Amino acid sequence: MRTWRLPPDVDTDQLAPGHAMKDGRLETVAKHCLEVVRPEFAREVRAGDVIVAGANFGIGSSREQAASVLVHLGVAAVIAPSYSGLFFRNAFNVGLLLLTCRRALDIADGVALAFDARAGCITLGGSVRLSTEPIPAFLLDRIDAGGLLPELKRRFAASGSSPPA
Amino acid sequence: MTTPNVRLEQGPSSPRARVEGTPSTLAQKLIARAAGRERVTVGEIVNCRVDLAMFHDSSGPRRLAPMLAEIGAPIWDKNKVVLVIDHFVPEADDASRRIVRFARDWAAEQRLPHVHDSQGICHVVLPQGGHLRPGMFAVGGDSHSPTGGAFGAYMFGIGATEMLGVVATGEIWVQVPHTIFLRWIGRLTAGVSAKDMVLQMLGRLGMNGGQYQALEFCGEAVQALSMPERMTLANMAAELGAQVGLIAPDATTTGWLAQHGVALTAADIAPWHSDEGASGIRHAYDASALEPQVALPHSPANVRPVADVENTRVDIAYIGACTGAKIDDLRAAARVLAGHRVAPGVQLLVAPASLRDREAAEREGIVQTLTDAGAAWLPSSCGACAGYGSRIPEGATVISTTARNFKGRMGAATAQVFLGSPYTVAASALRGRIADARDVLA
Repeated sequence: MRTWRLPPDVDTDQLAPGHAMKDGRLETVAKHCLEVVRPEFAREVRAGDVIVAGANFGIGSSREQAASVLVHLGVAAVIAPSYSGLFFRNAFNVGLLLLTCRRALDIADGVALAFDARAGCITLGGSVRLSTEPIPAFLLDRIDAGGLLPELKRRFAASGSSPPA
Repeated sequence: MTTPNVRLEQGPSSPRARVEGTPSTLAQKLIARAAGRERVTVGEIVNCRVDLAMFHDSSGPRRLAPMLAEIGAPIWDKNKVVLVIDHFVPEADDASRRIVRFARDWAAEQRLPHVHDSQGICHVVLPQGGHLRPGMFAVGGDSHSPTGGAFGAYMFGIGATEMLGVVATGEIWVQVPHTIFLRWIGRLTAGVSAKDMVLQMLGRLGMNGGQYQALEFCGEAVQALSMPERMTLANMAAELGAQVGLIAPDATTTGWLAQHGVALTAADIAPWHSDEGASGIRHAYDASALEPQVALPHSPANVRPVADVENTRVDIAYIGACTGAKIDDLRAAARVLAGHRVAPGVQLLVAPASLRDREAAEREGIVQTLTDAGAAWLPSSCGACAGYGSRIPEGATVISTTARNFKGRMGAATAQVFLGSPYTVAASALRGRIADARDVLA
């Protein structure tokens, strides 16, 4: 597992380019993920890797493939000082953990780290600790459930077709 | 960038208002109604009942149908759902045909009562179809859904999985935002428009300046705007990173809605305004001092006055999108181009935001004016704006009325895309270089 450093203002067109959206399949979108910022990313990213980015990660479109493509590629979490609000909602809905950390860019490219979202901390090289902003419990539960879809599936299986409270 | 015409006030609520009870913002009032609450507090997370859910062929049926089947849920209320087919039309290839056919088949199978197929871009078609009204709490499966805020509706964009939640349950959570009041004093001068206002705010506040909170556009210059122009402001609340971009409804709102089949009284809109003394962050801008603004590649927040980039040669001038090809945008372009022809080598492409806008443009002689000036007409769909339709060629320099100029968005990574008002785009087409429309109009 390693970190991938990205600049600020990474937008949804960089994560899920419009020209790859027609096909619709995540494996197609994945081939083009971040091709204009880090062309080697889609090829070399491994399950468990973490993205470390500058402010405003995920600005732009509502297309949630921008978040689900990272889940598809095995990205375990994104760490950034701030996110587009729309991307933030989408990420948790598709099971992508976002950690908000003011000092995200203190983390270098290609290093190993550990994080605990509920405790709100990131550990670098064993000793350096960075804190992350608290995340509402229902969103962390959603990550554990694998996203909103499995959550809804469970609710409707339990309650027939009546809407949840 | 220096912005001498911007005043910043951090405003706490006034003591007088506080003793009369806690004043609420328009955003708080809209959320409170949808949450079935007397009032809501900034920062709290509440569940809201959705009055209207809009989605299109890209974000809608092809994503929702399989997920609805997977969870085994029906649509909670078909009357509250609007499908607009606008992204992959007209179908350019087999993949597009499959997507559009799927959307049409699913709409028929579900017997959706509100479907707008190939009639224009969702954010413009939705109010033109009479679906939107002040006081509503609405979601859209598209990031420019805050456009609905122009009508005093709490409308924001969501992704497909979250839309699934809405379509299955009729509910969605929101964290009650604080409000950033963007007050425009004075009046715009000729050749300057809502697009210049929003670009100015983007240059000042940045792409995430809205912090996913509520923007409220207000002041004399905002009140003086037509509904299509107000929609341009609210539309780019998305670029400002806000959840919503609201404008309190007034006689302009009800007048426009009446023309689109929605009859409202003054009493219907009376509740939908921020109380005096409601707390928020306040910015003020002077409309009378505003010059035409342009966003340089590759960010809508990379904003300069047009004077800074005059003489940049352009290959393509694009008047399109929900942001920049509504009837008022087409009127602006025609004002600049009447009796002229675009510069040799420049391609002027016009994609009216909706068929209704295109028909209005025909009636008003605008289609003729722009055709005579050398315009080529494109279908009323999202098209080149999102790189979905005809793609902009590699290496081209483009001046566009659209909302976004991210690298590669319009389909070519090496294209240089500048954003401007329809006045600026038309004047640039005429001169073959980025130009100030006021020089042409003078």
